[in-house]
Amino acid sequence: MTQTEEHWDLIIKPKSSLFSIDFKQVWRYRDLMLLFVKRDFVATYKQTILGPLWFIVQPILTTITFMVIFGNIAKISTEGVPHILFYLSGIVMWGYYSECLTKTSDTFSVNSDLFGKVYFPRLIVPFSVIISSMIRLSIQLVLFFCFWAYYYFYKGIPLNVNSTVFLFPLLLILMAGHGLALGIIISSMTTKYRDLRFLVQFGVQLLMYASPVVYPLSSVPEKYKWILLLNPMTSIIETFKYGFLGIGVFNFQYLIYNFLSLVVILFIGFVVFNKVEKSFMDTV
Amino acid sequence: MSTVVKVENLGKQYRLGQVGTGTVYQDLNRFWYKLRGKEDPYVKIGQENSLRNSGGNHLVWALKEINFDVKEGQVLGIIGKNGAGKSTLLKLLSKVTYPTLGEIKIKGRIAALLEVGTGFHPELTGRENIFLNGAILGMRKAEIRAKFDEIVEFSGVEKYIDTPVKRYSSGMRVRLAFAVAAHLEPEILILDEVLAVGDAEFQKKCLGKMKDVAGTGRTVLFVSHNMAAVKSLCDTALVLVNGKVQYVGETTNAVSYYLKGDSDNQNMKTFSSEYDKPEFSLHQMSLNNYSKTNEEPLVENEDIEFHISLTLKNENFKNYHITFHLINELGETLFSFSPSSTGINLRTGLNNLICTFPKLFFQSGTYYLSLYIFRNKKEAVIIEKDVMSFTVVDGGRELGVFMGREPGFIRPKFNWENKNM
Repeated sequence: MTQTEEHWDLIIKPKSSLFSIDFKQVWRYRDLMLLFVKRDFVATYKQTILGPLWFIVQPILTTITFMVIFGNIAKISTEGVPHILFYLSGIVMWGYYSECLTKTSDTFSVNSDLFGKVYFPRLIVPFSVIISSMIRLSIQLVLFFCFWAYYYFYKGIPLNVNSTVFLFPLLLILMAGHGLALGIIISSMTTKYRDLRFLVQFGVQLLMYASPVVYPLSSVPEKYKWILLLNPMTSIIETFKYGFLGIGVFNFQYLIYNFLSLVVILFIGFVVFNKVEKSFMDTV
Repeated sequence: MSTVVKVENLGKQYRLGQVGTGTVYQDLNRFWYKLRGKEDPYVKIGQENSLRNSGGNHLVWALKEINFDVKEGQVLGIIGKNGAGKSTLLKLLSKVTYPTLGEIKIKGRIAALLEVGTGFHPELTGRENIFLNGAILGMRKAEIRAKFDEIVEFSGVEKYIDTPVKRYSSGMRVRLAFAVAAHLEPEILILDEVLAVGDAEFQKKCLGKMKDVAGTGRTVLFVSHNMAAVKSLCDTALVLVNGKVQYVGETTNAVSYYLKGDSDNQNMKTFSSEYDKPEFSLHQMSLNNYSKTNEEPLVENEDIEFHISLTLKNENFKNYHITFHLINELGETLFSFSPSSTGINLRTGLNNLICTFPKLFFQSGTYYLSLYIFRNKKEAVIIEKDVMSFTVVDGGRELGVFMGREPGFIRPKFNWENKNM
């Protein structure tokens, strides 16, 4: 062999290392990622009259429901801030996380036709989900800030805004990361166990009640607090409320724990995804 | 020229039974059976693939020990029967799934076209789908934008480009999809039987475009059942049989090899003593293309010779006549033919009759022959139905013409004239 040192652009081998996701490839396909985002956005609300307004209708209706049930009937404390702001902030934040989670969790099963016919880095799909959900989130945040401005400037209600608001980009990364990580782990497992899909559907709903969406963390008895804090969304929602509404619990340690757990779960997620990516066509 | 695709000792193993049976209950049950040393209760019985590895692990090699190189600019056809591993090989080459063993090394940008219109979204407009589909196939946005007008023009759906694809007819959708794929410009292109879809006009367009692609020095791997298409497109072909490479070489030889592997396709029949009658003895019947042997497949676009050798034992040869019936795949008799109609008669002793069918007389297909020998033009001495069969295949055809099968079984040439000329 004289050509032992030949250069090959691509070598397809049986799966090798545990962590061999080619992020360069993902970057090369960034146009596709954006096109998927556009597709999701355009396709969801085609042939609807309200179009993207549905992004706003959903949280408003949920907020009204929560105001009636948890605010007026159950009379759960909102720590003195207007009900709308309290529930809406929780719903919007939780909504983003749950959408990232549920939509990425069926990456493989929904796209199996496509994946079976053409190769592109599979991670493109969950990434595009996170970005397209971000569009939804930003529209909903605009809604939230409209209400916020109404209460703050017009009604003159003292909302103790503080510098924690600058942590918002971090909160966004944490939410997206956790949604993605858990989502791709579940999606990798659903290639074999379809049951998980049903579990996710109502599991996410139940998990919401383990997050401080309808109640403040401060109202939870001290000895059970640690259970809630295991849920990464707890500290994210609390920090958000602390920054914009001046209520809730803010603790840097929680966020550090949150970040570390994200790194661990995300790592597991990539490893599992990487493993399944190569073989799922044979099992799906 | 340098090697751009190198496949080394490639193997792909599938686990039988486990595929698609994936609930926790079944897995637990399987585990429980295993613990007790029993057989896996979910393994499908009677799987066809013959390459089962030892030890009863219920593993099947869909591909094994595949080795081949593709040089730059080569157009390689991959042929094989259903289940021979063609699709698996394609999936490995296009990275849809990964090999169990071995390596594929690739130099340059590779694009695989296993389907036309992958990822089309019905709600999006034609314009949006061009971008989406192009990106899925690996094009950058700028690239698509640069070729956009060309793609639209090629597809011929300019008027509807801003209409959602769900309102397109299926033909328009295929056109649009192919237009995108045709403007993909990878260095290595992998094509599945994309030709199988669409009407004659579309096939023509596809093949023409593919010929252009092949002509620009790009490397193409083409998988097909259509021997006519393979012959006219590829310079080299690879025959897969039961997951192994059986033959690599010049296309004509590879196609012959592939067709010969078909055991039904015997163009020669030697008769044993049961055809040794008091008056006759039948020795052999065979068919071959003019100037070829009967070991090679019969192609439609060359003269076909039909040889019969028999011995007439009776002195009174003028009393004997021989007639054949030609029967199609459906068992319908198409026509009868006999040497005596052209004044050729049997002689006492050994007869070597040759009948020539003009080229392009038969359509591709399998035919059966029945043999009749009459005495005194009324009494049948031998009636041998379906005495032998033969198969006529597509020859190489001019590129860009219809690649499917014409209707009917024969295509006789009649005398035509145009009075106004």
